Amino acid sequence: MKKRVLSIIAMLAMTVSMAACSSPSAPTPEDGEGDDTNVSSEAGDLITVGYAQVGAESDWRTANTESFKSTFTEENGYKLIFDDAQQKQENQIKAIRSFIQQDVDYIVVAPVVETGWETVLEEAKEAGIPVILSDRMMQVSDDELYVAWVGGNFVKEGETCGEWLAKYLEENGRGSEEINMVTIQGTIGASAQVGRTEGFNNILTQHDNWKMLDMQSGEFTQAKGQEVMESFLKSYDDIDVVICENDNEAFGAIDAIKAAGKTCGPDGDIIVVGFDSVKAAFESMIAGDLNATFECNPLHGPRVAEIIQKLEAGESVDKIQYVDESYFDTSMDLETILPERAY
Amino acid sequence: MNNETIKKITSQRLFLPIFCLILVLLVNVITTPNFFSISIRDGVLYGYIIDIINRASELVILAIGMTLVVSASAGTDISVGAIMAVSAAVCCNILSGGERAVTEYASPLIVGFLAAIIVGVLIGCFNGFLVAKLNIQPMVATLIMFTAGRGIAQLITDGQITYVRVDSYRLLGASFDGIPIPTPFIVAVVMVAFTALLLSKTALGMYIQSVGINKKASSFIGIKSIFIIFLTYAYCGFCSGLSGLIASSRIYSADANNIGLNMELDAILAVAIGGNSLAGGKFSIAGSVIGAYTIQALTTTLYAMHVSSDQVPVYKAIVVVIIVALQSPGFARWRKSLAKKKSMNITQKEAA
Repeated sequence: MKKRVLSIIAMLAMTVSMAACSSPSAPTPEDGEGDDTNVSSEAGDLITVGYAQVGAESDWRTANTESFKSTFTEENGYKLIFDDAQQKQENQIKAIRSFIQQDVDYIVVAPVVETGWETVLEEAKEAGIPVILSDRMMQVSDDELYVAWVGGNFVKEGETCGEWLAKYLEENGRGSEEINMVTIQGTIGASAQVGRTEGFNNILTQHDNWKMLDMQSGEFTQAKGQEVMESFLKSYDDIDVVICENDNEAFGAIDAIKAAGKTCGPDGDIIVVGFDSVKAAFESMIAGDLNATFECNPLHGPRVAEIIQKLEAGESVDKIQYVDESYFDTSMDLETILPERAY
Repeated sequence: MNNETIKKITSQRLFLPIFCLILVLLVNVITTPNFFSISIRDGVLYGYIIDIINRASELVILAIGMTLVVSASAGTDISVGAIMAVSAAVCCNILSGGERAVTEYASPLIVGFLAAIIVGVLIGCFNGFLVAKLNIQPMVATLIMFTAGRGIAQLITDGQITYVRVDSYRLLGASFDGIPIPTPFIVAVVMVAFTALLLSKTALGMYIQSVGINKKASSFIGIKSIFIIFLTYAYCGFCSGLSGLIASSRIYSADANNIGLNMELDAILAVAIGGNSLAGGKFSIAGSVIGAYTIQALTTTLYAMHVSSDQVPVYKAIVVVIIVALQSPGFARWRKSLAKKKSMNITQKEAA
């Protein structure tokens, strides 16, 4: 009896957690994937692109999907066949095969995992369809199996941050002043933490007057960011710059700075910067607390379109293509940018 | 005479937990000379020590509930962190009226707070029902909410961080105007005092201990063992809901992924560091509270010593091992035998 009750409860728990885990609404494949087997002839002179997306697990991913949908429109001369793999590689392989059958012009894949793609990519190659990768890499023995990869670059983000800071300090006449900094790192070992720390460090070493006082992990959360900043403020009297490896940590740091009776932001004592450029970061910049945020750009669509245009024109393309990741600071017209932000 | 007073002090139940806390704090005297300096900034007390008593508040409140659960059921409630996330999600969602970021309450603050506490208690009751009534192993029973809790919180907040940017919402996690003491600390003190009164002025404390020592025997003498165990889980849920509110107020938002993350482990550790047996029975709330402050003191100390982030877990582990080993029965036996040898030596010398 006891065991049965237990097993029922265990089942219930599994159902609940499954219900909780599954994403709210997975977008269904668009543009009738199955019914028209000969898309290219029907679509006339439109370029047909099949996109095998990972799923819809985060806002970032949703924004990524939206970017493709808004770029590859009929007005722009494309026909997009979109497939949501719901985080399963077999679904993606199925989708790629169906793209091949439909004889699309280009295949774009955001691979769920790095390995196990050789066979299906060979098939695409035999069919003469170029494959472009988005976001994550694939490990294949032959690089020629795909034309290009498009994605973000955490190291570059860190470097952009350093360059922005150098410029900002220069503009404020503090270019040769001794600048004391602290870093609130992300979760140690996460690729975003490793890349951003490394990138910023590359710029840090170029400036003799920049001094990194301390680095501590804020685990990418606001609460920890606040706690770490509280401690920094007590250890160091003169902090000029706080580098937070995501925006949430920056929000926590800002609260800690204010609680200590100091000010931050463009008009304050301490310069605070974050990464990711989430919506709340714009609100914080508008409020005058945050100085700048460096983007982790999910909008891969335009860059993929650019590659396709080059290939159509018979030009060669670079194998590794980082998307443009811009930054936002308080000198920009944030009120107009904010409503346009996709994530 | 002198020896006897030392013996009296060292044989106190709370001697070792306090000793460990002082030891952790003493390290700072050497490494961070300004560690104990306290000043007033912006009308609020400011200093490392204040950080410790402020930041430890959620853990202290969790540790109270956890102590009772451990005592009565000889098991741990591993869902406390998830309950914190759910209560924060419920509160913020009610206050924001379903929006993801608001600067005005959609419903009165008190409604959000009450709902969050009630949800905490309800989840506690659910755990209590599974453990007390259905006799499921506490860890298995609370594993359900441990896994499902964050999912539920995600569902409530739509998987996004919900911000309530209203100044009065931040008071619980910051401080009231004119009161220099951080609010979380006040709440923690009130909770400790309330629980201590509840346990000493009623027979509840004794009931919980006797159920923990022997459930069957307690039933025979007329204590409703099942109800007592149920009650401790409900109370633990209440504590979790409350600390979820504090955690949420600190960041004026509900972050379903991160609020209370891994707090259940710290709460259990606080109980253990406080000298309580995880096998149930006798307990000391004061011990667990000291344990909670010790854990936070350790974290703050490591920050103050500028230990690099990737090494922090190692240092923490070393200190925790030492603290737990100091309090282990094995160590106590060794100490006793040592003392015996010493006194034998003395008597031998006297005889000679």
